[in-house]
Amino acid sequence: MAITPPEQRIWWKERIARVELYWIVIAFLWGLTMFFMMIYWHGAGEQNLSSEAYRIKPQQFSQKTQEMIDAYTVRQEGMYPVVHPPPGSDVYLIARLWQWWPILELEKDQSYRLHLSSMDWQHGFSLQPVNINVQVHPDYEMVITIKPDQAGEFGVVCNEFCGIGHHTMVGKLYVVERSQGD
Amino acid sequence: MATIMSFRTCPTTGLRVERSAERLIKANAVIAVVFLAIGGLFGLLVALTRWPAVHFLPADWFYLALTAHGIDVLLVWIIFFEMAVLYFASAVLLNSRIALPWLAWTGFGLMLVGAITVNVAVLQGQSTVMFTSYVPMMASQSFYLGIILFAVGALCGCVVFFGTLVVARRERTYQGSIPLVTFGALTAAIIAVFTIASGAIILVPTWLWSLGIVNHIDPIVYKTIWWGMGHSSQQINVSAHVAVWYAIAAMVFGAKPISEKVSRMAFLMYILFLQLASAHHMLVEPGFSAEWKIFNTSYAMYLAVLGSMVHGMTVPGSIEAAQRRRGYTKGFFEWLRKAPWGNPAFSGMFMSLVFFGFIGGISGVVMGTEQINLIMHNTLYVPGHFHGTVVAGTTLAFMAITYLLVPLIFRRELRMKKLAQWQPYVFGIGVAGISLFMMGAGTLGVSRRHWDMTFADAQLPFDYPAAAFMMMGLNGLFAVLAAVGGVMFIVVVVGSVFFGRKLADDEKPAYPPAPPTATVAQYGSEPEMRIPGTTLLVGVFFIAFVLYYFVNWKYLSEVWPLS
Amino acid sequence: MAASKNNEGDGNAADPQGDEPIPIMQQLLDNPFLLLALGIAVPTIFYIVWGIIEITQIPIAE
Repeated sequence: MAITPPEQRIWWKERIARVELYWIVIAFLWGLTMFFMMIYWHGAGEQNLSSEAYRIKPQQFSQKTQEMIDAYTVRQEGMYPVVHPPPGSDVYLIARLWQWWPILELEKDQSYRLHLSSMDWQHGFSLQPVNINVQVHPDYEMVITIKPDQAGEFGVVCNEFCGIGHHTMVGKLYVVERSQGD
Repeated sequence: MATIMSFRTCPTTGLRVERSAERLIKANAVIAVVFLAIGGLFGLLVALTRWPAVHFLPADWFYLALTAHGIDVLLVWIIFFEMAVLYFASAVLLNSRIALPWLAWTGFGLMLVGAITVNVAVLQGQSTVMFTSYVPMMASQSFYLGIILFAVGALCGCVVFFGTLVVARRERTYQGSIPLVTFGALTAAIIAVFTIASGAIILVPTWLWSLGIVNHIDPIVYKTIWWGMGHSSQQINVSAHVAVWYAIAAMVFGAKPISEKVSRMAFLMYILFLQLASAHHMLVEPGFSAEWKIFNTSYAMYLAVLGSMVHGMTVPGSIEAAQRRRGYTKGFFEWLRKAPWGNPAFSGMFMSLVFFGFIGGISGVVMGTEQINLIMHNTLYVPGHFHGTVVAGTTLAFMAITYLLVPLIFRRELRMKKLAQWQPYVFGIGVAGISLFMMGAGTLGVSRRHWDMTFADAQLPFDYPAAAFMMMGLNGLFAVLAAVGGVMFIVVVVGSVFFGRKLADDEKPAYPPAPPTATVAQYGSEPEMRIPGTTLLVGVFFIAFVLYYFVNWKYLSEVWPLS
Repeated sequence: MAASKNNEGDGNAADPQGDEPIPIMQQLLDNPFLLLALGIAVPTIFYIVWGIIEITQIPIAE
């Protein structure tokens, strides 16, 4: 029994029952399949998180964001500037207690290098209802290339607990059809 | 405490039980249940608040209750109970005295003081930082100190466990290899040492930081090492509850493992690779290479998952084989139909096995897939998953074995047998519901650790789909059901331990029914061993696993391209 | 259970391979401290050390 020592002195040489052996082989092969699936997706899939990241001071990240806001703000929504940077450019999103700043307006089917960093505590970038979720740290800047493939209005929810105002931390992101001017 | 050793002989098992080990098992189990009650209450408050129609607590109390819930059940209840399991699996199963009883009591004292310190720190309101306490958010210093004390206490318990293995071997209290259940407990203890070391490495500097002695803790380094503790502590649970499954199968059915070799190798896969899954929490952090993520998140090519899949066959397989020996041989499932479903130790254990596999296990592997994590990270899918592992798996298994420990170790007759009979079903179904509906809400994007899914006070509006609200309502309902199951457990256990009839020294308890005396020996490796029912169940499990896995790749392929 | 406990000695005596050396893998699985060393070394090297090295290699932004 499992609560008593094994009956044989040498149990290592026990024959393994056939059904058990088959299951081990199947489970092992399934594990390999799942392992190589991740590697395969790096080549064939379109959703892979980049490992591009930098150490950065909050002031420095804030300054870069401000430069983008100064250059590309197209309108104001309440207190939020709505920024429409050119396709292919570097876009910045600040996470801070308890805001996502500013509101970005991107064009459909265009790529952007999205930079994320926090000014204070950890935050969670949760793009809804697309359901893309990425962690945002202070002192680190993460860069991901995103290519929105649907137009509309999206919410950016904070999904990492960041204090008593955590549940008020909601940002917005627009995706618009490509402008005719280009 | 280190008085003259005294042993009694257990009338049911024939094992010699040292009084000192027995007292330690009792003390740890009782405190564990106390913290289960406290932590469970906080959990109910959390679930009632996340029920949109009820929205019970104000925001500050919600986050406070959630912090306390995480610490009290994920850490305190489970580690205290695991100490009881370690002492049971070493001293009792090896027929040995316990090594260093003074150290075991010191550890117990440190754990208790630590647990109380953390709870006080949290209730004072200055340490609402969640279980994870990510820097640079700072808790009061006593919060970190309490966890450190608790961890040091648990480390003492592990030392006692290893010491007892040495004593038992030297004093030849058993022959050959240690029992499989003890080997599973050894696995848990090894993972516990890694867990506690990781905790110490990161929480000691963080405590100094909270005292103003250290001035900076890097947030990603903190998070990496913290999860070496936070996730591995849940791997202790997995190892311990698998050991408990084997123990219950042996005690209720006299079942023998299909193969000692295979089951022990499966535990070895845990020892070597299970802790690597701490990387599940680091898949969407800045800076880690894909190589690091893929190797670690897959527990080195899913070798630890292989271990779990093996246990998933060998545990029910050993029960089936034992039942068939007893003559329940009709069709695929006579052995299962005629199993003692009225015995809470069996029903709890079997539901733990099924829910852990189908709900907790599959979702964990899927969510821990490098790219798929992107559509689940920090959503309610995460707590959905780990309520499937830690509550439906570990807690239910620990409840189940408690029904055996009350007569065997506490020497009390179980009271309120009808209540005990229904308890695993009420709790199990409640928890399965919680897990599934949280996973559902998470799939719809709902954030975990969040007070208000309507975003009523937010500067910018956002609405989750209506289905998500329905999921959270159902989650609340099932949480109430689970809480009822939890209360039933505590009523039965407290009632039996304190008010149950004392068993005479040589009296065998009548309930739960003792295992059939004729043990089922030596069929283990017979070539004709047939377990068609288990094979069928495992086949269903495998198909569910494969389908669910690829369905989630499909979901992933539908989100915005990113690189 | 008591019965199987008592059989223990008999089982060993009747074991035809009574003097055969214990296979190496069984020796490994019977050695708790070797397992402890492995169980700490593997995650420390692959998860913690490798992970910290990756974090320290994150470059500083311009």
